[in-house]
Amino acid sequence: MTDATSNLAGGRTISLPLSKAMEISLRSLKIRFGRSLITTSGVILAIAFLMSVWSNNAILDSLKNADKSEINLLLQQNGIETGPTDGGGVASAEVAARMLEERSKQTWLISLSLLVCVVGIANAMLMAVTERYREIGTMKCLGALDSFIVKLFLLESTFQGFAGTSVGIIIGLAMTVCLALLDYSTFIFDYFPVEPIVTAALYSLAIGTFLSLVGAMLPAYRAAKMEPVEAMRSET
Amino acid sequence: MAEEQGQPPQEEKRTVVRTQQVKKEYKMGSTTVRALQGIDLEVYSGEYLSIMGPSGSGKSTLFNMVGGLDKPTEGKVYIDEVDVAQLDAYELAWLRCRKIGYIFQSFNLIPVMTALENVTLPMVFAGLTSDESRDKGMVLLGKVGLGDRYSHKPFELSGGQQQRVAVARALANDPAVVLADEPTGNLDLHTGTEIIELLRDMNRASGVTIISATHDYKMLSVSDRVVWVSDGQVERIANREDLDIEVAQVGGEDE
Repeated sequence: MTDATSNLAGGRTISLPLSKAMEISLRSLKIRFGRSLITTSGVILAIAFLMSVWSNNAILDSLKNADKSEINLLLQQNGIETGPTDGGGVASAEVAARMLEERSKQTWLISLSLLVCVVGIANAMLMAVTERYREIGTMKCLGALDSFIVKLFLLESTFQGFAGTSVGIIIGLAMTVCLALLDYSTFIFDYFPVEPIVTAALYSLAIGTFLSLVGAMLPAYRAAKMEPVEAMRSET
Repeated sequence: MAEEQGQPPQEEKRTVVRTQQVKKEYKMGSTTVRALQGIDLEVYSGEYLSIMGPSGSGKSTLFNMVGGLDKPTEGKVYIDEVDVAQLDAYELAWLRCRKIGYIFQSFNLIPVMTALENVTLPMVFAGLTSDESRDKGMVLLGKVGLGDRYSHKPFELSGGQQQRVAVARALANDPAVVLADEPTGNLDLHTGTEIIELLRDMNRASGVTIISATHDYKMLSVSDRVVWVSDGQVERIANREDLDIEVAQVGGEDE
């Protein structure tokens, strides 16, 4: 008793090594690679869509701002209004309004796809938790704190989200560039909007990873609140 | 209880787990099931105690109480003189980490980790450095006879080997009590006997208290005391010397 209490007060209590949590969650992903690939594909698709919309907008803006007659011709062939966007004429106001409408429609679509993506992640993580009830219970029996379990699942989902988002960004960008190449040939490289696209990629990365984190919150909380007695259940 | 040869000396016979009028009720729909109806039990330091009883007798409930996995509806459970009900989540985790080692019927090794990593996991939770825990883990694996298999994953080990790893893991933080829930339930006769002997050896060598819930009669011959539970009550407690005759009889039927 005495040494128990002194230890309790001593402060060298259960530490929560982040590196260990990362190691475990990475390996859990590896061992269930097939399933986590399916989960990740949801993120990949959503982010690829987001990225392609953003980079497409960036490329078009850049081409429009170049204001070269041959490019404008190509733009018009593809049904895109040209002309100075900052002009004060009636025509340009109309163009701006139409563009605004177009963009808000895009935002709506993007939001929907991201929402679907979060629901997918939450669903997959809930399954992962249910599947590992006994594993979680065992860890709690061995002295894992709730926060360690939460960390485990949040990390797992974040890794998944990060990887999926990265792939999604590359796919989305590559697709956009290919399509733009068909329509506007190499002009896009002359006016390639490097900075906006890098910004868009960074935003996508942040959004994708953040959404994976959000999607995993409820499942991770459920896992952490599990009673260690679950580990004792013998049925598989 | 008279001392027997071969047992660790128990001059002071310190109590390591104590239950006081423990009652447990479960609500199943509108009816209340009384799993335990007032159990007083003392477990002494260094002894090998078996809890026996048919399923539905409250054996598992009592076992979980003693192991700090469940809280009584009424009454108190003291582990190492600490009232379990008074502990918050953090202290409970501490207790499970440092004072109690768990052995499960289905082994419950973490599938993604090697044998050594499974053994060192409780040490990681206890805050040991990776060097310290690796050294200690290797010693423990050596003790259970798996020193050369430290890098194997659970699915590469047989049931008996997995349970040996689990025994090593249970002893990782030098607990006061090891709780073994049907440790031989998923093993064949021969391997089960080996595990029981291993537990007994560990009990003798390190003086760790072992509490085991079981209906395996092989367990009786190594137990210092056996508690029979039925209908949520302690039916009787038998000491080792009273058991020897019975074991001879029952063991004959069993095998």
